[in-house]
Amino acid sequence: MAQLDTREKLAILADAAKYDASCASSGTSKRNSVGGKGIGSTEGMGICHAYAPDGRCISLLKILLTNSCIFDCHYCINRKSSNVRRARFTAQEVVNLTLAFYKRNYIEGLFLSSGIIASSNYTMEQLVEVARSLREDHDFRGYIHLKTIPDADPELVRLAGLYADRISINVELPTAKGLQRLAPEKSEPQIEGAMLGMKGAIEDGRDARKKYKSAPNFAPAGQSTQMIIGADAATDADIVGKASTLYDRFSLRRVYYSAFSPIPDASAVLPLQRPPLMREHRLYQSDWLMRFYGFKSEEVVSAADDGGMLPLDIDPKLAWALKYREYFPVDVNKASREQLLRVPGLGTKAVQRILRSRRFRNFTLDDVARLTVSIAKMRPFIITSDWRPTLLTDKADLKRWIKPEKHQLELFAA
Amino acid sequence: MSDANGRFGNSADLFDSRLGPGGRAGVLLPDGPQIDPLKITLDQPDDFDGWRDAARELVMAGVPPMSVVWQVRGEDGELFGSEGAVPPPSGEPMFSVPKPFIDMAKAAICHSDPQRFALLYVLLWKLKANRRALDDRADPLVDRLEKLAKEVRRDAHKMHAFVRFREVAEEGDTRFVAFFEPDHHIARREAGFFVRRFSTMRWSILSPEVSIHWDPATDTLSEGPGASRSDAPDGDPLEETWRTYYSSIFNPARLKVKAMLKEMPKKYWHNMPETSLVAPLIAGARARELEMIERAQANLPQAEAPRPGGNIEGAWAALREEAKGCTRCDLHRCATQTVFGEGPLNPRIFFVGEQPGDQEDLAGRPFVGPAGQLFDAALEKVGIDRSTTYVTNAVKHFKFVLRGKQRIHSRPDTAEIDACRWWQEQERAIIRPPLTVALGATAARSLTGKTLTISKVRDAPLTLADGSECWVTVHPSFLLRIPEEARRREERARFVEDLERIRDRAAALA
Ligand code: SF4
Repeated sequence: MAQLDTREKLAILADAAKYDASCASSGTSKRNSVGGKGIGSTEGMGICHAYAPDGRCISLLKILLTNSCIFDCHYCINRKSSNVRRARFTAQEVVNLTLAFYKRNYIEGLFLSSGIIASSNYTMEQLVEVARSLREDHDFRGYIHLKTIPDADPELVRLAGLYADRISINVELPTAKGLQRLAPEKSEPQIEGAMLGMKGAIEDGRDARKKYKSAPNFAPAGQSTQMIIGADAATDADIVGKASTLYDRFSLRRVYYSAFSPIPDASAVLPLQRPPLMREHRLYQSDWLMRFYGFKSEEVVSAADDGGMLPLDIDPKLAWALKYREYFPVDVNKASREQLLRVPGLGTKAVQRILRSRRFRNFTLDDVARLTVSIAKMRPFIITSDWRPTLLTDKADLKRWIKPEKHQLELFAA
Repeated sequence: MSDANGRFGNSADLFDSRLGPGGRAGVLLPDGPQIDPLKITLDQPDDFDGWRDAARELVMAGVPPMSVVWQVRGEDGELFGSEGAVPPPSGEPMFSVPKPFIDMAKAAICHSDPQRFALLYVLLWKLKANRRALDDRADPLVDRLEKLAKEVRRDAHKMHAFVRFREVAEEGDTRFVAFFEPDHHIARREAGFFVRRFSTMRWSILSPEVSIHWDPATDTLSEGPGASRSDAPDGDPLEETWRTYYSSIFNPARLKVKAMLKEMPKKYWHNMPETSLVAPLIAGARARELEMIERAQANLPQAEAPRPGGNIEGAWAALREEAKGCTRCDLHRCATQTVFGEGPLNPRIFFVGEQPGDQEDLAGRPFVGPAGQLFDAALEKVGIDRSTTYVTNAVKHFKFVLRGKQRIHSRPDTAEIDACRWWQEQERAIIRPPLTVALGATAARSLTGKTLTISKVRDAPLTLADGSECWVTVHPSFLLRIPEEARRREERARFVEDLERIRDRAAALA
């Protein structure tokens, strides 16, 4: 077979990476290229440099080093028994591509993962080599995210963390049974063991920096993971519960959800359906409720139906509010921060503004409207100096009242 | 860039009157009835320092907002107002402004709204009266200025994201040149971002208002006149590679065009090499998705033909294991066990019944009770060997009401059917039967997601989502429950006729 050129490899190895949901380039330490020999900066907030028609942002050059794999996980397009075209980048090619794209301001950095070739350690060494070369040979100060290989030598994982801003390992599936069925060669203890190891290394790194300023900054953007949604029997309640234990046990920065999508040449095990995008969206919303709104995972789960599924037609906060109506209405002029955060339609920023402005005025509905996106959805749940909705929260058909209009999925909108 | 963190970065001394009035000469504002407002001309549309100096003098002189007209040199200004000097400080006590005001003002000044200077000056007066006026976010003036500042920050963010450099050779060196057209006057303000990021590159950002150039050899940032798109280089060979990346990372199964447009409005597109691909990618998405599915369907039967112990058997066994612990609906609570489907994994026909009954619940196997016996008899009559078929139920747990000691079967509701549907779909996805038979309305709902009337769909096949054929007939237990002998016989005959037709179709499809 003729040698593939870089562009052909890129087509194959970016295509193979498109099922991974994580893309963020935020939350790392601030640095820039001033006074250095290379390029690159991070300013805390990540930047999305483009958006694809699937609505997802392109922030990093997200590719696989190779899509060959010795494993045969059913959900994965790169599995051994798949018929896809294979390609493999050299470390040098990845370095060159990253720098060339970065210089033109197309990307914030690199997100590199890989199929497993030869052995876990060999593969991990290659990933680390890319990051090393970027940092040491080219003094690259942009963002690097490395996906580590489950059972690679901890020393290699440590090296990865020294060069990368973020490291991650995918839990893949929310239930052990699902993992057993769809990824027979991976196991929950193995994956979680690796996460635990990374958590330890991140904490050690942070301690060391407290003592010595010069200590290397180990994975300053922490670790993250991804779960595939809709490929096993896990309910939303299972998923939310799993995510919350992952956050607690491994101090994860983020749990990403990736709706399972039909893949070419899929294993017979997988459903050939469109990914449940709305479900994925609702799970992200519930993730926000836990991370920024003070909801406990049990509370989110209590908004799910008897089958453990969150409603698809309304967001989980509204679903929770409809279930716990006794909690409402909340008085915008008196309620605590915690109470205000429970009001459907009231975001963290708006709550902050209300609390600040409250010292100066008695809030009317108009005042609230000025600080929020949509007052209509909120009205049944709040009291202001000129508004008291006592009857509304008792309405049996409240849900129909405030539910957003059903519109066609935007599949073919131009 | 004078004092990002200097004199005015801190709040207290912003309006320190020691700085005194600037070099403006002469005319005092007349007392009494206002004749002509005072016209203040700023050097540039984003001249924060100029505004701050003037505002300081004005406020210390007690000049009220309505008596000032602000304009930018070279822009068509107001017709009214006269150039004049600010009166000397009126002896009012000096005051300081909070740091957030400076941050907001520095951003809002860059907005294209011509009223920005005046609005800021009004707010300054408010702050003089009440140092915490800025905290009242619901005040319409504060709200408006915050919005201006926010729009500027958003524009800046878009500039960080959507500037696209092109590499050009320059005697022995290279320069990276971009053209960008911001909505507001932010090009100078954002130069620092690009300096920090690309400090070792020689680059230029051209915009209609001003061009910014960075020279790494001397560490200097310089300004030039505004430019137009045609002043920027045409292309860069790397753009084709970038487009390859853009189209490969896009997943056609998840088209979400609105979300994309919200974040990447069309007005930015002409600077970005990748956006020429958007329309063809969208247009081709459905076709690509279908192709993915088709290839999956075409490839697999050969690639993973049912071989004992192969992938399919392993997957099916694991699925059955997984189903044992299902809690997707409440039915698992009272039933004895999950009754999973059974049969060969390369069946001629895939039967879907309704739900296990009392005997199935105890035995853990489908179709072993009275309805199962009737079913077996009918199959035998038409010459279908049950051991060549796969038999499963739409709902996998027994649902009943207790009457005395008897467990009386009760029909699953749609929520239960829809919850359990997942299993049936997984079974079919593994087995991929060419012919599926829905026995009764529950099974039809499970297979199609719709509530169908059996009599209406009984005589012709339906096409399922995966493209395979599905026939609908009655459930055998329906035949058991017909009280009148004559009708019962008639319905059984019809059921047998249906099975004959199904048998022939299965043979034709094999
Ligand atoms: S009836 Fe179906 S969905 Fe409900 S618990 Fe049983 S197996 Fe799960």
